[in-house]
Amino acid sequence: MHELAITRNIVAIVAERAEGRAVRRVRLEVGALSGVVPEAIRFCFDVVARGTVLEGAELEIIDVPGRGRCRACGEDVALEGLIGRCACGSSALDIIAGEELKIKDMELDMATNVETA
Amino acid sequence: MTLEAAILEKNDRLAAENRAWLAGREVLAVNLVSSPGAGKTALLERTIRDLGGELSIAVIEGDQSTTRDAERIRNAGARSVQINTGAGCHLEADMVRAALRELRPEPGTLVMIENVGNLVCPAMFDLGEGARVAILSVAEGEDKPIKYPHMFRSCDLMIVTKTDLLPHVDFDLDTCLAHARSVNPDIATLALSSRSGEGLEGWYDWLRAQCANLSAAAFA
Ligand SMILES: Nc1nc2c(ncn2[C@@H]2O[C@H](COP(=O)(O)OP(=O)(O)OP(=O)(O)O)[C@@H](O)[C@H]2O)c(=O)[nH]1
Ligand SMILES: [Mg+2]
Ligand SMILES: [Zn+2]
Repeated sequence: MHELAITRNIVAIVAERAEGRAVRRVRLEVGALSGVVPEAIRFCFDVVARGTVLEGAELEIIDVPGRGRCRACGEDVALEGLIGRCACGSSALDIIAGEELKIKDMELDMATNVETA
Repeated sequence: MTLEAAILEKNDRLAAENRAWLAGREVLAVNLVSSPGAGKTALLERTIRDLGGELSIAVIEGDQSTTRDAERIRNAGARSVQINTGAGCHLEADMVRAALRELRPEPGTLVMIENVGNLVCPAMFDLGEGARVAILSVAEGEDKPIKYPHMFRSCDLMIVTKTDLLPHVDFDLDTCLAHARSVNPDIATLALSSRSGEGLEGWYDWLRAQCANLSAAAFA
């Protein structure tokens, strides 16, 4: 299950940036075409966060919808999965959104240290 | 606090380092992915026997446990390093980096990386390879590219293997190729059998072309 490896990466990156301060909330952006199941990350998060500065932190996952651009006619097409078809009939699409897999921001516990950018 | 950090930044950075390291040595690395038992090691054994005199081939074997595949490769006549991932279901760039340091390929070597048999997880992890190849055996069914689209989307080439079994299974090759193109319009495709040898010349030509591209890039 790659979500476990991915969750470990999330916790490692956030813990490093938190520099020892407790983390209250983490926000991720996960694209619909990223190959990652948000529920599986949630499932792993509490276990992986245990014993780190992220223990007990709230995890928010922002879903980013998939979009492709048709190679034949240049139109944009909404994509729920990697397989899609343009209204013109072509299925040769380049993905332009939905592959996001990133940590957007975090909120730290000590109010004085919380920066909002 | 804004982070805007790619979750896989560490793996991606190490993969980029591997890619630069390989390019500096004019070494082509090919990442072979498939479900368990599709025939990755069998294709490597055959390739080493057939091309060993022409190309210098070395292999990095990824499995959860045992060194059986690395031993099969050595018996076929090539150098190999085994990575055991334990509970891990895919290779990551740091493992390949360590294996490359151990393998120390000579310039011009073709390094084949046999990933852990799994059509899901290895799709997400760049190893720094020059090309990624999916192997799908006719026994698995023609719908695999649309059932595991992320993997087939990430590959440069799909090899349909065990074509010697086609008379015994319901597998329509054209449907399978159409499925692969529907998830990845740029994917190249080949069909072959490591057992009968049918179609292997196409694979060897593809490898030769990849190696030639690499040395052309080095002179550019
Ligand atoms: N008939 C036939 N059998 C094949 C062919 N290629 C491989 N096999 C058989 O398929 C089985 C699995 O082959 P391997 O090469 O071990 O498969 P693999 O993908 O390396 O397997 P893992 O490393 O365990 O994921 C073996 O029994 C092979 O002999 C082929 O072209 N035709
Ligand atoms: Mg094998
Ligand atoms: Zn179109």
